[in-house]
Amino acid sequence: MNISLPHALAVWQRNLAMYRRTWKWNILPNFFEPVFYLMAIGIGLGAYVQQMGGLPYAAFLAPGLVCVAAMNGASFEVTYNIFVRMHFEKTYDAMLTTPVQPDDILAGEVLWAITRATIYGGCFYLVTTAWGLTPWQAAPWALVVIVLSGLLFAAVGLVFSLQIVTIDLFSFYFTLFLTPLFLFSDVFFPLAERLSGVWLWVAEALPLLHPVRLARLGFASRWSVVMLWDVAYILGVSALLLAICHRSIHKRLTA
Amino acid sequence: MVIEARNVVKHFGTRVAVAGIDLAVPPGICFGLLGPNGAGKTTTLRMVYGVTRPTAGSVRVFGIDVAVNPRAVRSRLGVTLQQNVLIEALSPVENLRVFGRYHRIPHDLLEERVEELLDFLELRSHAHVPVKQLSGGFQRRLAIALSLVNDPELLILDEPTTGLDPAVRLAVWARVRALRAAGKTILLTTHYMDEAQRLCDRVAIVAAGKVLAEGAPEELIAIHLAREALECECDENEVPALLDGLPVAHVLRTADRLTIYADDVASVAETIRLRDGGERRVMVLRPANLEDVFLALTGSTLEESQT
Ligand SMILES: Nc1ncnc2c1ncn2[C@@H]1O[C@H](COP(=O)(O)OP(=O)(O)OP(=O)(O)O)[C@@H](O)[C@H]1O
Ligand SMILES: [Mg+2]
Repeated sequence: MNISLPHALAVWQRNLAMYRRTWKWNILPNFFEPVFYLMAIGIGLGAYVQQMGGLPYAAFLAPGLVCVAAMNGASFEVTYNIFVRMHFEKTYDAMLTTPVQPDDILAGEVLWAITRATIYGGCFYLVTTAWGLTPWQAAPWALVVIVLSGLLFAAVGLVFSLQIVTIDLFSFYFTLFLTPLFLFSDVFFPLAERLSGVWLWVAEALPLLHPVRLARLGFASRWSVVMLWDVAYILGVSALLLAICHRSIHKRLTA
Repeated sequence: MVIEARNVVKHFGTRVAVAGIDLAVPPGICFGLLGPNGAGKTTTLRMVYGVTRPTAGSVRVFGIDVAVNPRAVRSRLGVTLQQNVLIEALSPVENLRVFGRYHRIPHDLLEERVEELLDFLELRSHAHVPVKQLSGGFQRRLAIALSLVNDPELLILDEPTTGLDPAVRLAVWARVRALRAAGKTILLTTHYMDEAQRLCDRVAIVAAGKVLAEGAPEELIAIHLAREALECECDENEVPALLDGLPVAHVLRTADRLTIYADDVASVAETIRLRDGGERRVMVLRPANLEDVFLALTGSTLEESQT
């Protein structure tokens, strides 16, 4: 790795300059998605559910959806947007005529994806707090979890984006990967109560599970050693995937 | 030498894009790479600024090995890519600022440069209009401005005037000359031989990844052809009789046209008229140019120039 932080920040600033022009069209659809889930499932369906995991259903749902909002923010950025910049707009070809290096681009894009995750996750957290579903005191912890979610899903999405050659394949990523992840990662129901034995261990492989558990336990101030495992999983998997990205981005951009 | 490439080779899988090119570009000149589509010009440029790693051979720019220290090399050069790469939602000024940050130019200096470049490339009238609303000529000038934002010593231009109207081409040529006069070194590619002849001190004609000829344009014309050219219409079977015994340096046939190169085409024309008897054959006499050299070296039919 050969990252120069100032150059990575220049890449980040490019996206910020762009985003300041287009955020109105970008932010709204992605932001409203978890709000709709919260309303339909938390408030609507939740009215028929007594309690889940010892909480009113909407309160059970909220921490997971904060992570989902962060996941969506990062995912759109490192899939469609990065693909367009790389293959259609040729943004990286232009950057590579300057002292910016492929690793700086990678770092800048990951930082930017985390930024988008923070904007989406953060806004959604504020909505849930205003609603009384999450405690406002948990804000610093929410930020930590959101940044970790952003990092993890930036890394996961980037690995995919740097392998594929046509933009159509992203529908597989979203429909066959992110959607099931969203549905089966402790967000809507406690996995531990539905799975048993070895399946519980297998479920630990699901990436979204870890930020969701961090959020749910942390928001309730039920600190536990399992959270160390969650943080280690997120950091370890991100590092591994970004190492793969480092190799593929060189192959892609400097052929 | 500002650029020194030694026996540079680039393979993409089994395809050979560059098959061993040597380049030596001294400071302060404008050097042109000419060649048909797919000749390997863009690939050669990419190896010069170090974004593509040669399969074999080495490239030194400013005496620095680009493979070893690309950042140091690229901070001192500017590149205008064949395709414009602009942020369409942003204005020219914002595009220049974004690009300036890739070079880490301090804020005040960057603002100064932006102002200079708005004047130098005549961008001021639409300095704050989103790029997507601007004409092709304006966008191309902005693309060139971006490559000058770090005040480079070496400017690399990949087909700077392709697709531009004549007025914009003239304007771009004037800027290139001004930059050269200011002591910058310029490496450009073009498909326009008139452009090369007007701008370049030296050119290299490339085809299928090899340099076929290199030198000053007039030198190449003199070596490979002759000072003057005579074009006339004539049938295939007439050619031997027509040319028999004439002091001709080179002949080029394209479809129904024959071009004869000689140092004194007027006397050749005279002889042809005598041989034709009273019949008036249409003949055009003109100085030989780089386009003639290019066609003579790379072939004038599409089949021949395919790589
Ligand atoms: N990344 C790549 N992968 C595979 N082949 C490539 C790649 N880049 C270039 N080539 C091939 O290498 C050859 C030279 O391409 P290059 O773009 O350097 O030509 P060029 O002289 O710039 O042509 P043009 O005048 O059309 O711009 C072509 O056959 C091209 O298809
Ligand atoms: Mg080209």
